[in-house]
Amino acid sequence: MSDMDEIVKEFLVESTEGLDQLDRNLVALEQKPGDKELLAGIFRSIHTIKGTSGFLAFSRLESVTHVGESLLSDLRDGKKVLTPAITSALLQLVDAVRSMLAAIEATGQDGQEDFAPLVELLTRLQTGEAGEAGGAGGAGKAGKAGGPGKVKKGRSGSTAVVSLEDQASAAPAASAPPAASAPPAAEPLAAPVGASAASDSNIRVDVALLDKLMNLVGELVLARNQILQHTATQDDSGFTATSQRLNLITTELQEGVMKTRMQPIGNVWAKFPRIVRDLALACGKQVRIEMEGRETELDKTIIEAIKDPLTHIVRNSVDHGMEFPAERAARSKPAEGRLLLRAYHEGGQVNIEISDDGAGVNAERVKAKAIQKGLITAEQAARMADRELVNLIFAPGFSTAEQVSNISGRGVGMDVVKTNIERIGGTVDVHSLAGQGTTLKIKIPLTLAIIPALVVTTSGDRFAIPQASLLELVRLEGEDARKGIEMVYSAPVCRLRGRLLPLVSLSHTLRLQEDFWGPRGRTDRAVNIVVLQADEHTFGLVVDEINDTEEIVVKPLGKQLKGINAFAGATIMGDGRVALILDVLGLAQRAGVVSEARGHAQAERATVRAHAAEERQMLLLFRLGADRRMAIPLSMVARLEEFKQGSVERAGQHQVVQYRGRLLPLLRLNQLLGEPAGTHEPETLQVVVYAHAGQDVGLVVENIVDIVEECLTVHRRQRQGAVYGTAVIQEKVTDMLDVPALIESADVLLFAGAAEPAGAGV
Amino acid sequence: METERQFCTFLLGDQFLGIEVLKVQEVIRTQAMTRVPLAPRAVRGLINLRGQIITAIDLRERLGLPALADGREPMNVVVRTDEGAVSLLVDEIGDVLETDLASYEDPPETLSPAARQLIRGVYKLPDRLLLVLNTDKALGLEPTASR
Repeated sequence: MSDMDEIVKEFLVESTEGLDQLDRNLVALEQKPGDKELLAGIFRSIHTIKGTSGFLAFSRLESVTHVGESLLSDLRDGKKVLTPAITSALLQLVDAVRSMLAAIEATGQDGQEDFAPLVELLTRLQTGEAGEAGGAGGAGKAGKAGGPGKVKKGRSGSTAVVSLEDQASAAPAASAPPAASAPPAAEPLAAPVGASAASDSNIRVDVALLDKLMNLVGELVLARNQILQHTATQDDSGFTATSQRLNLITTELQEGVMKTRMQPIGNVWAKFPRIVRDLALACGKQVRIEMEGRETELDKTIIEAIKDPLTHIVRNSVDHGMEFPAERAARSKPAEGRLLLRAYHEGGQVNIEISDDGAGVNAERVKAKAIQKGLITAEQAARMADRELVNLIFAPGFSTAEQVSNISGRGVGMDVVKTNIERIGGTVDVHSLAGQGTTLKIKIPLTLAIIPALVVTTSGDRFAIPQASLLELVRLEGEDARKGIEMVYSAPVCRLRGRLLPLVSLSHTLRLQEDFWGPRGRTDRAVNIVVLQADEHTFGLVVDEINDTEEIVVKPLGKQLKGINAFAGATIMGDGRVALILDVLGLAQRAGVVSEARGHAQAERATVRAHAAEERQMLLLFRLGADRRMAIPLSMVARLEEFKQGSVERAGQHQVVQYRGRLLPLLRLNQLLGEPAGTHEPETLQVVVYAHAGQDVGLVVENIVDIVEECLTVHRRQRQGAVYGTAVIQEKVTDMLDVPALIESADVLLFAGAAEPAGAGV
Repeated sequence: METERQFCTFLLGDQFLGIEVLKVQEVIRTQAMTRVPLAPRAVRGLINLRGQIITAIDLRERLGLPALADGREPMNVVVRTDEGAVSLLVDEIGDVLETDLASYEDPPETLSPAARQLIRGVYKLPDRLLLVLNTDKALGLEPTASR
């Protein structure tokens, strides 16, 4: 039985690897439809999966791959020409296989999902279009192949010959490239067809084993350090020589083991061609992706950490950066946009660049949005250079996070990208030239396993602070110690070069002492301040002692301690004792330097960031008073209702109607927004039922105008109550209404919350 | 139904407890301990076990017993789990005992709910009772409150 498990496991590992390659090859094939080697490779991959799944009795998997194989076989034999529709169907097939493999891994069965539509689609593509293509005949084929833009002239006139060949034997034999095959598309993905040759010199190693080796080496390094310390006190020259040798070997061993954890960044990039293709197709854009330096190596943990941010950036580039083909033509750029990924080593760091030749970031729009969101003031904006302005896209809160919804689409936080990259000690910077494109430059360290850290002592315990977040050290002595710390109400601060630096006591934050000052209270003793950067905030961490900087080996904490956000892990110090590593961001949240709500919001945004950001919004337009037009996001609108004037009742100070067994508080927008009431109340009230924090609120409006989907440019102006800006929608000036602010100001929720439980009874 | 026959035994106050011997990685003397601020009360700290950092759990605290008297140092019973080794702090280590399945009984109904979670059953040894510890429950602390 365990033998069987082994076989299934092997099958899963191999197939999953094969699938990534398949994604890549299919996209590459679309660029070069004439490449028989690619096609043969794809055919082989699917064929292998089909064969093995049949052998292992995964019949659903087998049946789905079987139709795919038939379609591929027709393609390979030239009975059919690759169209975008076929590529999409084949990519869907890859997804289906992937989901079934996941199911097998999880449950041992190939899943319950219904792939009948996909099978039908593949069959239709094979049979339906086969007849059509066959009817057109060999001569007409070359012309047909030119079909939908992308497919270049593929085969020479040898179609008939190929199709006569025995299907089974054709597979690898097709290696002789057709003489007049398509000209190579500009630097295609350098598909590693020859990769299989390298596999003989490689072996697969369990990551857990590597981690264990890494741990052992870390321990060896510690033992070595202790021996070296001991050697310094000895006179024995033989012993000294031996320990020197041990020293050298240990260092080399450490480097060697670190290398085994390295992976080429190409592993992460491998899925981008597919993502770019799908997204470009969905947006109606043409994008070509190019990669340089895919062999650049990074530590496994870092590879994991940058996967999501990179994906997000790539999606953003295609979605926002690239213009539509028509726009590009108007700017005399080639219709096909170019997305370039570059990676290279530089000074012990890895640089990753993602550049597109799209529209670039519009500094003016960023400025307007940042001011509207209150991130900067107009005066600040006026002083900022374009480059600084463009970097505001990373500012927290820049994206429109409150309108989370699939329909409305939303700016997904680039700040999350930045936070994630900074978390692993990296930096990110954006350069953009309007009309010419955008380049994001990411710098990250090679490894996370061993990091430089500052060791501090407080309340008798040692803690390590990663140097990535360390800005400087400040020591206040004597007179300064007594007077240097001032209080803003209850918050201690100190002046650092003319600016107020909020202070946080490490002992207090970790509840090792009662308050900021500790048991001895305010004294003359020197105050050690570690100035740290968390997110965008700078704060001073007060500790008892600052010891030293050290290279530390980071180890994870057990699950019993995972919930404590103040610690990032633990490490073993030179004396063999354990010290905790502080998580600066978590500590800052705990101490209230960075609001925790924001931390949560980031996490939330991180989970939904898979949905591509979009500026386009669905808006509900309505009229107020005689001619005032207003808009709110449709995503927050639960429903539109009409109520008879007579059904309005009073509850306390509020007007309510009975609605679906509950009380629906009504907000008279014209009163709240200072519109003169009409001469007489209409018989029927137009009400927008607005979903707010799990509670519906009815907004009474004059009448509903329309629902539009708009690319919003909100012109900020002085905020007037709940109106946060103005936009031009349908060529008319429209006020943008901030409903949550309005509801808050009307204080209606307190009432509504109380009414809810009573709604049924009273 | 119990199937384990061999138990690594230890004392906790006057209670005689055992863990399946296959789950025990090793037993070691008191180690230098690094306390973890903000951690649940039962987490006594972290120890360095040959380069591996291990969480030490105070079994007295878990079983609702008073803390060990001053001056007495607990022993570490290091148990294997899916997520790495964890140490259980106990008063004193006993022998490895072979037990007879026939002497097994479920814990009595009158056991306090807290203890009932952690005690899987009882072996009636000739001279005393051996309580079988449910290690998974003993290690599965409630997730730490994050604030």
